[in-house]
Amino acid sequence: MRPFTYERATSAQDAAAKVAATPGARFIAGGTNLLDLMKLEIETPTHLIDVNGLGMDKIEAIDGGGLRIGALVRNTDLAADARVRKDYGVLTRALVAGASGQLRNKATTAGNLLQRTRCPYFYDVNMPCNKRKPGSGCAAIGGFSRPLGVIGTSDACIATHPSDMAVAMRVLDASVETIRPDGTTRAIPIADFHTLPGQTPHVETALEKGEMIISVAVPKPKGGTHIYRKVRDRASYAFALVSVAAVIGKDGKGAVALGGVAPKPWRVEEADALLPKGSKVVADCLFAGATPREDNAFKLTLAQRTIAAVLAEAKA
Amino acid sequence: MTEGYGAISRRDVLKTSATGAAIAGSLGPGNVAMAQAQTAAPPHAAVSLKINGKATRLELDTRTTLLDALREHVKLTGTKKGCDHGQCGACTVIVNGRRINSCLTLAVMHEGDEVTTIEGLGSPDNLHPMQAAFVEHDGYQCGYCTPGQICSAVAVLEEIRAGVPSHVTADVSKPSPMTTTEMRERMSGNICRCGAYSNIAEAMAQVAGVKA
Repeated sequence: MRPFTYERATSAQDAAAKVAATPGARFIAGGTNLLDLMKLEIETPTHLIDVNGLGMDKIEAIDGGGLRIGALVRNTDLAADARVRKDYGVLTRALVAGASGQLRNKATTAGNLLQRTRCPYFYDVNMPCNKRKPGSGCAAIGGFSRPLGVIGTSDACIATHPSDMAVAMRVLDASVETIRPDGTTRAIPIADFHTLPGQTPHVETALEKGEMIISVAVPKPKGGTHIYRKVRDRASYAFALVSVAAVIGKDGKGAVALGGVAPKPWRVEEADALLPKGSKVVADCLFAGATPREDNAFKLTLAQRTIAAVLAEAKA
Repeated sequence: MTEGYGAISRRDVLKTSATGAAIAGSLGPGNVAMAQAQTAAPPHAAVSLKINGKATRLELDTRTTLLDALREHVKLTGTKKGCDHGQCGACTVIVNGRRINSCLTLAVMHEGDEVTTIEGLGSPDNLHPMQAAFVEHDGYQCGYCTPGQICSAVAVLEEIRAGVPSHVTADVSKPSPMTTTEMRERMSGNICRCGAYSNIAEAMAQVAGVKA
């Protein structure tokens, strides 16, 4: 690990301003992803600003319904919150499907959204990777692509976003609330928060330099049946090959998003309206324009079957 | 190397190639700043924490993980380093009542925190009930993962009692039941390459007071 200086943040704006003004500075919260990558020298910050002391660890009701989830709420606490379990079951289900108990105790809501891809070529510093080293090429394209993306990818990067939580946030229409170095705040719809790789796969979110997530808001409960179905190589503690987050009403209508297939939680709003028509048309809509490769083409079939299982579960 | 070329042993070749790789790594064109940084002492910071009930103040290289602080600085070598990347769970300790991977957190981030390691759970003369149950049920073979397994197991029972849901909880709107299915799912972050899993599950069930 490269040497770095360390300080504890005194306020959110101060932290944002310092990260913007200090070359090589980064926020650290749970640290479970950042430290992993620092040990591999994939991330090489020269200054860490520890934001753990800033509060931002409460889940509060929003006037008119909905919840405001502090950026530092740990995955365990978010999953276990009584309001989340009752009204946002898809979120609890997605959280407990991810990582291990130890990691969920440390990992934060904001950090979960900001975690980097688990593409094996991003992790292997001996291989070219446009995300890790812009312009170096993509070893995943033409490499072993089984865990990688089938849609939303580009000829520069086929990595997937690894989060389960973010997929649930996407069907819940969450918004990511931030503070910028000048103290101004804004809310970014989760749909716009993660960006597609195009020719700049190293850019992964809409965040500006120094901009810090302070909370994630979910609107008032949608009702319906909440399902998160994750398919993976092991029964526990593995990233998704395919996952389906869905909130489905009694009339069969609702919202659906996929994980494990794209560089961001994959939702196509037109597909929501097709839910009463069955998994085939929903999957066809979600995967319009997909560019699967030999090793990961199975994800299209697997996703359709997982959607079918989710629809059957919603009906049951 | 003092020996002639013809006398190079396999060990020497390995040593040489390792050294060569290290030099190439540290003095490559992109690493000038790193080489310069290495001439000065790396940044240090102070942290005070309570380890197994004992107030401890450490002055550490900021890069020191909680795991390395415990093992190398406090000399509590019960906590083990397995993968050092949060994948195996051998480094699991309990911080402020919660189990975490001590390899994936910096010691300096734990100002004022209470850390419990395997040494703090019990002693050879006074075993924690979970330690005694692991002994009784042969919940280990080589023992390397055991401190992490036991710290995790103790915390898992608390998590179930506290109503934290898991992936196998059928209805997340209700508290999770104390079952072996729940315990097994929650232990998935602790790998045992000897394969003592079923005995670990039996030990946990005994402490929890349920049928394995």
